[in-house]
Formats: sequence, structure tokens, C-alpha cells
Amino acid sequence: MSEQTLEIPCNIPADAVNPVEPFLRMDRMPHIWCPGCGIGTTVNCFTRALIDSHANLDKVAIVSGIGCTGRVAGYANLDSFHTTHGRAIPFATGLKLANPELQVVVYSGDGDLFAIGGNHFIHAARRNMDLKVICVNNLTYAMTGGQTAPTTPSKVISATNPYGVFEPAFNLVALAEAAGASYVARWTTFHVKQLSRSMEEVLRKKGFCFIEVISPCPTLYQRRNKMGDGLDTMKYYKQASKIRHGAPTAECDLTKSGEIVVGKFVDRDRPSYFEMLNSQMTETLGDRYAEPEVMCEQC
Amino acid sequence: MAKGFVAINVERCKGCGFCVEFCPTRVLTLSSAFNTKGYHPPNVMAAEKCSGCDLCGMYCPDFAIFGARYAR
Repeated sequence: MSEQTLEIPCNIPADAVNPVEPFLRMDRMPHIWCPGCGIGTTVNCFTRALIDSHANLDKVAIVSGIGCTGRVAGYANLDSFHTTHGRAIPFATGLKLANPELQVVVYSGDGDLFAIGGNHFIHAARRNMDLKVICVNNLTYAMTGGQTAPTTPSKVISATNPYGVFEPAFNLVALAEAAGASYVARWTTFHVKQLSRSMEEVLRKKGFCFIEVISPCPTLYQRRNKMGDGLDTMKYYKQASKIRHGAPTAECDLTKSGEIVVGKFVDRDRPSYFEMLNSQMTETLGDRYAEPEVMCEQC
Repeated sequence: MAKGFVAINVERCKGCGFCVEFCPTRVLTLSSAFNTKGYHPPNVMAAEKCSGCDLCGMYCPDFAIFGARYAR
């Protein structure tokens, strides 16, 4: 077909810019994510949340681990750090302790946060460390070739379980609630408006916040299980997901092709790590205790 | 008169079809033409229907499309 079909017949103002571009390192585009992958969609939602929450971008830091979602830190034009595998939360904890004014966002995948970094996740949630954890859950280890992850539902075919996964999977929202997170929500990449509102809420909330985003992996998960491409998965999310705010998280298990319960499950206030530290130290040491100060001149 | 417009960066598109499927006013269609990487980018079929809601921009995983309302 001729080139003319690609001409856009509507009038685009000359100064129109994609709202996501100021938040990305455009020299690194196009990104490496596959066609139909949902990670880019979650990045869109995150930038809309940053715009809507009027966050001071000099005080927002993104920390990622290893994996497909770990690339987000490399593409985001914010203070970002790409840590070693599974250690996004320990790094973020150190960042937050050293400079409590920072808004630290951990943006990583399910393999990184719950397989190798599972211990760090539950302990950060237990301490109610003031971190915002966004977990893009594609239900597999995507970057290494589609092996069985702790989140892979049973009966799914994966590279390491060619006859079907038989292990029970982690229910991430139940795990986060049980470990003590202040805010727990789950959305899919289909729910862009709700996801962006949830991220905005999280950016305003204190304490350990966790958002799970179910995302398609068309190349390794959907294709191997004959579930179509990214668009088919998005249609499945649209048809199978059910919004139930405040639902008991223990009943929100994910299955291969069953219902996906989404919504905001937990929103509670617990004393944060700093509050607990200060109250305990003041109680024990009295006047001898001075609250830690930020010494950085630039902060 | 359309309330908004949609801008497409054809070369960045990977042809996933999210924008075409989820446009609430059905402005877009997948083009039969190819971009340089061999994907079919979306094409504006009914520009007058665009409300500028930017849902295509929120869905696009490749940051290749966005919508906006015209300034009044």
C-alpha cells in the first residue's frame, strides 16, 4: 500500500508532545520489550500518576532489580538505579534511610521481588519501610526464557515444566497483606485508569505500599500455552477480571484461565519504621537521643 | 469538528493493536502498510470522532501514540 495511508488526517499542533516522553530517556528508545508486552503500559500509568500527584521529580527515585521489568529504571528519566538480582528492596531501604525525604519507588518484576528477593520483600513489609513497590507480574521468568516462577499458576506449560506446573503458586497480595503492607492493590494492564489512580494514591501514602500489575508475556507465557498474543490476553483480562475492593486477599488466587480478582484490598495505617525507631529510642534514651538529620547540602 | 487529535509515531510502533481495540470511539484501524521494522502501525480512520481522551496513549506499550484535546 502507498505511503499515503500513514498520513494522519487530523490537525496536530506543532508543540504536541507525548506526555510520557519527558519521563523517559528517549535516546534509549525503542525499548527491548516484545510486541504486546504490558510493561510499557504500566510505565504510561506511572508517568500519569507522577503528573497527577504533582510529585517533585527531584525527590523521586526508582529502583529496579533484574529482569524485563528491571529495565524500567534504565528507561525512566528520573534518579534511577538498576540493582543486582533480587536486591532492589534492600537498596531502596538504604536509600530511604540515608535520605528520608526521597520518595523511593521499587519497580520490578515478580521473579526479582518474590523469587530471589522474597525475603527482602516480607521483611520490608514487616518493618513498614516507606517504600512504594510496583510489581509487574507476568507469571513467568521472561528474560531468561520462560521458566517456572513462584507465581506461575498450576497446569501452565513452562520451559522447566513441559508437562505442566504442579507446584502451588504464591498469592502475592495475600503475602503482602500477611507480611504487614499498608496498602495492597492488584490491577491488570487492562485497567489503566484505575492503575494510574492507585499509583497516585500510593505516591501520597506513607508506609509500605504494594501494587501488583498482571501483565501479558506474549512471547514466553501466552504463546507456549496457546493463549494467543498480547491483545488476546488483554481481552481475557477485560472479560475475566472482577473489581472487588476490600476482598479477602486469601481468596484472590490466580489461575491459568479463571477469574482475576482486582481492586484495592488493603489500605491501613501502621506506624512506619521511622516512627517506631524514634519512639523506641526516645523511650529508652530520652534526651540523649537525637533524630537523624539529612546532612546532604543538595537535599 | 473533532474535540481532540491523535498523534502516531509510526516507526516506534510494534503493531500490538491495543490502541485500535480499546479506543472508545473507534478512531483507529490497523494499517495494511508496514513500517521499517515490518509491523503494521495504526491508522486514523475517523479523525472527527476523536475525543482526545488519551486512552490510546495510556495503553501503548511502545510510547508510539498519544491523544490530546484541542486547546479552546
